[in-house]
Amino acid sequence: MIAFILRRFAQAVVVMLSVAFIAFMLFQYVGDPVTNLLGQDATPQQRAQLRADLGLDQPFPVQFAKFVGNALQGEFGLSLRQGRKVSSLIVERFPATMELALTAAILALVVGVPMGVYAALKRGNFWSQALMTFSLLGVSLPTFLIGILLILVFAVTFKVLPSFGRGEVIALGAWTTGWLTWDGWKHLLLPAITLSIYQLTLIMRLVRAEMLEVLRTDYIKFARARGLQDRSIYFGHALKNTLVPVITITGLQLGGLIAFAIITETVFQWPGMGLLFIQAVQFADIPVMAAYLCLIALIFVVINLIVDLLYFAVDPRLRMEKSGGAH
Amino acid sequence: MEPLLEVRNLRVEFPTRRGTLLALDDISFGIVPGEILGVVGESGAGKSLTGAAIIGLLEPPGRIAAGEIRLDGERIDNLPAPSMRALRGRKIGAIFQDPLTSLNPLYTIGRQLIETIRTHLPVSENEARERAIKLLQETGIPAAEQRIDQYPHQFSGGMRQRVVIALALAAEPKLIVADEPTTALDVSIQAQIISLLKRLCKVHGAAVMLVTHDMGVIAETCDRVAVMYAGRIVELGPVGDVIHRPQHPYTVGLMGSIPAMDEDRERLLQIDGTMPRLNAIPAGCAFHPRCPQAFERCHRERPDLLAAGATQAACWLHHATSGREAA
Repeated sequence: MIAFILRRFAQAVVVMLSVAFIAFMLFQYVGDPVTNLLGQDATPQQRAQLRADLGLDQPFPVQFAKFVGNALQGEFGLSLRQGRKVSSLIVERFPATMELALTAAILALVVGVPMGVYAALKRGNFWSQALMTFSLLGVSLPTFLIGILLILVFAVTFKVLPSFGRGEVIALGAWTTGWLTWDGWKHLLLPAITLSIYQLTLIMRLVRAEMLEVLRTDYIKFARARGLQDRSIYFGHALKNTLVPVITITGLQLGGLIAFAIITETVFQWPGMGLLFIQAVQFADIPVMAAYLCLIALIFVVINLIVDLLYFAVDPRLRMEKSGGAH
Repeated sequence: MEPLLEVRNLRVEFPTRRGTLLALDDISFGIVPGEILGVVGESGAGKSLTGAAIIGLLEPPGRIAAGEIRLDGERIDNLPAPSMRALRGRKIGAIFQDPLTSLNPLYTIGRQLIETIRTHLPVSENEARERAIKLLQETGIPAAEQRIDQYPHQFSGGMRQRVVIALALAAEPKLIVADEPTTALDVSIQAQIISLLKRLCKVHGAAVMLVTHDMGVIAETCDRVAVMYAGRIVELGPVGDVIHRPQHPYTVGLMGSIPAMDEDRERLLQIDGTMPRLNAIPAGCAFHPRCPQAFERCHRERPDLLAAGATQAACWLHHATSGREAA
C-alpha cells in the first residue's frame, strides 16, 4: 500500500514536470516578453538590461529550474494584460470554478446514479426507455448548446433565473462562496445544470450497464436464493459492486468538469478560471495561461491519486494484495 | 410419510419469438423429510431448471405453465413475490455450482451470514453472529471466530463451498436444492463436501434435492434418484435399484458410461447421438432415436412414468400393454 502510494506519487511528479515544461515552452515560443514589456521603441541597451534583470540571458535549463522553483511557490509572475500577480488572479477566480464544478459533479452523481439503477432494474419499461433516450441526447448535445437553450427558456422566456454572473457572494477569508446566498444559488443553477448534463447522462449509462452486469452474477442469484430483501440485494450487494468503475469515471470527470468549465463559464460569463483563461488566450497573456495549465494538471493528478486510494476503500481484494499494484 | 416437497405435472415453458419451447414436461416427484433425492441427466435435460422452478427463481421469460409445487402441503408455485422471497432461505435453501462466484466479494462472510440469518429470524446482531460462528464451525471451517471477518477471496474453493453450505443452512430450511454443488471443485475436495452436506442435512433434518451429472455422487449420497432426459423424468426409484437394475434404456446407457474399478475396459460404453434440442424434441418417446430397443410404438406415443420392476420408468418396454389408463 505504501509502495503503491509512493509509486503513484513519483508518477504524479513526472506528469507535473512535463506539464510545467510545456507551460514553460509557451514563454519561449509565443512572442517575446521583452518586446511586450518595453514596446517597439526600446533601445538595444534597454533590452539587454531587462533581459538580464529577468534572467532571460541565462541558459535554458537554469531558466526552467527557476520557473519550476517559482511555480512550486505558486509564483507565475505578472499578468501581461492586467499587470497584477497571476497567483492572486487565480486565487480570486478559483472558488467560482470549484463551486461550479463541485455542484455539477454532485448533481450528476445524486441524479445520475439513482437514474442508472432505475433504468437497470426496470429495463424495458416506458420510463427507463425514456431515460435512455434522454441520456443519448445528454451525451451527444454540445455543452454550449445546452447552456444557450437553458438561457433561452429560463432567463429569456420565463425570466425566472439570471443568465450571467455569480450573483451575491459571501467572503469566507480568501474564499468567496455563492452557496450561502439565495441569489448565489439562483445564479449557480443554470451553469451547474449545463455543466452536469453530460456527466449525469454518462454516469447514468455507466451505472445501468454495470448494474445489469452485476445482476447477472452468481452472488446476486445466491442472495436471491437466500431470500434477502430486494432493497438489500439492489442497493447493498449489487450497487456496491458497480462502484469501482463509477468512481473511476466520476473522478476523471471531476477533473474534466473543472478543466472544461471553460465553455460553460464563457456562455454564462461565470467569473471563474475558465473565463480568465479564455481572456488570457485572446490577449496572449502567457503567465496566466501557464499558471492555468499547471493548476489544472495538478488538480487532475490529485484527483487521480484520490481515486486510486478510493479503490482500496471499496474493494477488500486490493487491500490484501501484498504487492499492491493496481495495474 | 407425508411428502415435504411434492411436484405434480410441472410444465415449464420459454416463450420465444419463434414459438414456445417446452423445457420441462409433466415432471412429478416427491421428497419426504430428511430424504436425499438425486436428479441426474445430461446437460440440458432440465435438472437445474427443475431446481430453479422449485425455489421460484426461473429466469424470465421462463414460466411455470402447468402443474403445481407443494411444500408441506401448501402450494408455492403461485405465491406472490414477497411471500416466495420470505420462503427462500427460510424453508428452501439453495446451493449453486461455483463457490468462487456465489459469494459477494465486497462483504465479509460474516456480514453475509448475519444478514441472511437476520432476514429470516428475529435475533439480534450478536446472536446472529454467534449463530454464524457456530454454523461455520459445523461446516468444518477452522478458527471460525477469526475467519468470520474475512472476505471470500481469502478462502480456498472448498472452504468457500463450506461457507455457501453454511449460508444455505443459516435459517434452518427444511429443503436444500443443491445444484451441482461439487462440479466446480477439485476431485479431492468433492467427497469431503458431499459427505459434509449429507451429514449436516441429517443433523439439521433437511431434505435435499441434489442435482448432478455425476452418478458416483448419486450412488454414494442419495436415497432415491430421478433420471431426466429432454425435460422429462424417464426413471425414478431407490438408488440401489436404479443403479443395479436400471429399467429404462437411457438409464442403462448412463450406467454403462461409468468406469468401474474392478473391470478392465478399453473403452466406456456410450449412448450414440446427442440429446435433442428443445425446439426439435421428436414425437413419441424423446429417446427413441438413440434407443437400441426402440420399436414402432415408441415413434408414435409418449410413455408415462409407471412402475417397472422396483422403480418407475417411462418406457414402452415395461408397460407395453398397460398404456395410459394405468396412470
